[in-house]
Amino acid sequence: MTDLATPPETHAHVPLRHPRLPSYAPWLVVGLAAAAAALVGLTLGWSLTGIVVLAMVLHVVGLTVWSRAVENARAATDRLVTSLVWVALTIALVPLVSLVLKVVTEGAAELNGRFLTWSMRNVVGEPGGIYHAIVGTLLITLAATVISVPVGLLSAIYLVEYGGQSRLAGWIRFLVDVMTGIPSIVAGLFAYALFSLIIGPGTQLGLGGGVALSLLMIPIVVRSAEEMLKLVPADLREASYALGVPKWRTIVKVVLPTAMAGIITGVTLAIARVIGETAPLLIICGSTDSVNFNLFNGQMASLPVFIYSSYTQPGTNPEILKGMAWGAALILIIIVMALNLIARLAGKFFAPKRGR
Amino acid sequence: MSTTPTETGSPKRRLGDLVFANLTRAAGLTILVTLAGVALFLTIQGIPGLTAGPADLKGHANFLGYVAPLVFGTLLAAVIALLIALPLAIGVALSVSHYAPRSVSIVIGYLVDLLAAVPSVVYGLWGIGFLGPRLVPVYQWLADHLGFIPFFSGPASNTGRTIMTASIVLAIMVLPIITAISREIFVQTPRLNEEAALALGATRWEMIRLAVLPYARSGIVSAAMLGLGRALGETMAVAMVLSASGIVTWDLISNTNPSTIAANIALTFADATGVQRNALIASGLVLFVITFAVNFGARSVVARYETGSPR
Amino acid sequence: MNRTALRRIAAPGAAALALGLALTACGAGNESGSTSGSGLSGTLKGAGSSAQEAAMDAWRAGFQKANSGVTVNYDPSGSGAGVEQFNAGAIDFAGSDAALDPTKGEVDAAKKRCGANALEVPDYVSPIAVVYNLDGVDKLNLSAKTVGEIFDGKITKWDDAAIKAENPDAKLPSTAITPVHRSDESGTTKNFTDYLAQAAEGGWPHPADKVWPISSGEAANGTSGVIAAVKSGAGSIGYADESQVGDLSVAAIKVGDAYVAPSADGAAKALEVSPVDDTRTKGDLAVKVDRTTTEAGAYPLMLTSYLIACPTYSGAKADLVKGLLKYIVSTQGQQDAAKNAGSAPLPSSLQQKAETIIDSISAK
Repeated sequence: MTDLATPPETHAHVPLRHPRLPSYAPWLVVGLAAAAAALVGLTLGWSLTGIVVLAMVLHVVGLTVWSRAVENARAATDRLVTSLVWVALTIALVPLVSLVLKVVTEGAAELNGRFLTWSMRNVVGEPGGIYHAIVGTLLITLAATVISVPVGLLSAIYLVEYGGQSRLAGWIRFLVDVMTGIPSIVAGLFAYALFSLIIGPGTQLGLGGGVALSLLMIPIVVRSAEEMLKLVPADLREASYALGVPKWRTIVKVVLPTAMAGIITGVTLAIARVIGETAPLLIICGSTDSVNFNLFNGQMASLPVFIYSSYTQPGTNPEILKGMAWGAALILIIIVMALNLIARLAGKFFAPKRGR
Repeated sequence: MSTTPTETGSPKRRLGDLVFANLTRAAGLTILVTLAGVALFLTIQGIPGLTAGPADLKGHANFLGYVAPLVFGTLLAAVIALLIALPLAIGVALSVSHYAPRSVSIVIGYLVDLLAAVPSVVYGLWGIGFLGPRLVPVYQWLADHLGFIPFFSGPASNTGRTIMTASIVLAIMVLPIITAISREIFVQTPRLNEEAALALGATRWEMIRLAVLPYARSGIVSAAMLGLGRALGETMAVAMVLSASGIVTWDLISNTNPSTIAANIALTFADATGVQRNALIASGLVLFVITFAVNFGARSVVARYETGSPR
Repeated sequence: MNRTALRRIAAPGAAALALGLALTACGAGNESGSTSGSGLSGTLKGAGSSAQEAAMDAWRAGFQKANSGVTVNYDPSGSGAGVEQFNAGAIDFAGSDAALDPTKGEVDAAKKRCGANALEVPDYVSPIAVVYNLDGVDKLNLSAKTVGEIFDGKITKWDDAAIKAENPDAKLPSTAITPVHRSDESGTTKNFTDYLAQAAEGGWPHPADKVWPISSGEAANGTSGVIAAVKSGAGSIGYADESQVGDLSVAAIKVGDAYVAPSADGAAKALEVSPVDDTRTKGDLAVKVDRTTTEAGAYPLMLTSYLIACPTYSGAKADLVKGLLKYIVSTQGQQDAAKNAGSAPLPSSLQQKAETIIDSISAK
């Protein structure tokens, strides 16, 4: 596909009637534009952002004009679009780089043993720790996983093995897709409304966070598990049936183990997706300074809510708490990235051996 | 539980299958029931909010007057975010599918996944702690030079906590989802169409315009709608970034901004009690209906598209 | 029998479980497991004024250190929310920057929640500072009328004649003023608007209210939000509890003929010259602050925060609430707050009255 998509190089060897820019032309213009922008920017005292923006504009305009002059209008348009595509990519990646740099530089300064092992209980006017928030996040996410995985996995099995093309399966499949778009705050409101009716108005507890997060997690689990189960070759199932194995045992003993690698990857990615959710926990879990191990009673701190409240309501020592918020953000990003890494490794580790 | 594979007693086997089949069907039905439950519980808890009086609605006469400015703000922020994100996302998706060499496109794919993995609260932190203050001079410039456009009429915000900043953060957050779906569809363009266009002497852009984009049009539309759905419901980034007064204005860069439904819930839920919470839940129901409709539409387009795809 | 599937599921499951157990097995480094002190234990939930958050942090820490079995959670969500949540029965005690308002039915609602007239004692006195962010101007004198007109949007430039007249020496730039107000319901807003309504001589046409009455200017959530917004916005002006001001510039307000900067002593003085509201019930120690006082050194733009509690609680909660509240109004508690929040210790006459009221809390 890529080889097809790069015709200019193929054509470069064929003598054409129209003159063409040399193959290094885009890079040359990038260099010239950067140099010119740096010159202008530095003499006028612009910021780095201003210089980069100017360089981009100069590059896009410069290359198009040059192409227009040497080649023709169609080639110029092509060059223009190519430049714009690369500019779009650069612009899209700037926030990512800036965000990661900012979080790492601000957050790394906070990390130490106390930050990870202390809570904020009885901590006044000095840096404390985020242990209570880490514990809360892990417990709430564990609760969400315990709810989501059985429901999601069984639903996926229904869709692939039993539902097939039935109307019910079609509806489930469609609504699961729609469910992936439920705003997280609505999931939080749902859990709040649910526990308000069950226990009493204003109830805040860790389990509610698990329920809210599972609402966001189930559709991801269903979709990934369904994709994985679909990939299991029908031959395997038929071989098993031919040996007289009942369907349910075939699913449990043959289909699931074959798809397990992909399913674990999917579940891990789903966990990574919900572990950073803030809005639902803000509503249903509240926050506290102390460690709370009990999912069924009392407010529970979590990393995202800690970040939010420490940064927006830091009180009398804003510098300390804002610093801690950055530190907690770094920890949260590390957890999410670790989960993504685990997902990829799990996919390799649990993959069924070929030729078995 | 302990039927062995060699056992052929059919009643027992049927029982196992029956139980398992029903178990899986029950799990599937749970999802439908949950979704219905979301609507149901929000309605039950939201109804008292629909008849709330001015005292519980920050001075608005009735619920409609309360939620309308919030709906306006929600749509405004999401649409601007989409306008920023869509061209970028298509550019990134094209660079992956048709421009970058394979090794580079894999790296770009990882980076876009990374962008999707960053939690929203961290985006909020970055938006208020880094981006907002840096946009102040930009807003000042816009107000000074483009003030005749209603969007930039100013006076410019001196803190950067504007609906424009919120929209930019939202745009970054919806970029990965639009990119991922667009990329998938661009890659699926029939090879023969592309080759035919190139064989006729088309440049790469002409090939994309003639072969790829027409094929991907409905896919791009649904990707955009899914991105819109995400932007409509995104909470924390907006709540942390925005100076939310809850008014209706087209001015994107001033201190006084519209609020969004989700941000309003996050900011005021802890403060609220009694009927105020019911009103907030009712506004959540409105948000649920809006996002449900947008996602429903987007998925319908995708579903239609998938049946016609060569996959 | 083939157990591969089970093993495959079990391995990561067990790992996750082990991780969870390992974590749950030990508490945080600063939380000791053993109980000490009075033997009180349990959890108290409070909410309300974000102005007294800093003081409440100190009080909670002090009380929890003395009674390690106790956890006190305080949600600084705003006075309005605190009172409403208290009246709805969602929390055990509330902190409010404004006494319960009988005209809004708050007194009756509290009575309904408690089954008897609710108790209300002052616990925190602190000046509200008018903070601003203006390069090159580190001293600013403002009369109540000018402050009112700035926040009402009538004065829009820093070099307005009214401001110039009061600050002949300051180099005032011709830039826009951005007033920052609270977006949430707040007792700070109520005290600030009360001050403007009483003292601004027509510069502020709105009545005292917890909700900011006009929707222009920058809106910020909580005292911290206002501070952050003023700090990051050149040309901004806002109002916030003095304890959280940090290094922001603070304006002096006109009292009588002099300009007075906010100080704990000034606030305490203003409270001392204000009468106790004698229309209240016995357990309700609300003070009517005299905003227009001309007493030398007094700073009438201050807020008095109250603790709101029930006269009776079921079971062990009575002792918990009583213990916490007593600690708060005690000399030790007031010193903690002064140290951590820069508030003024309660005048001793009020402190004694408050202790008597708190002593009457009993179990049902």
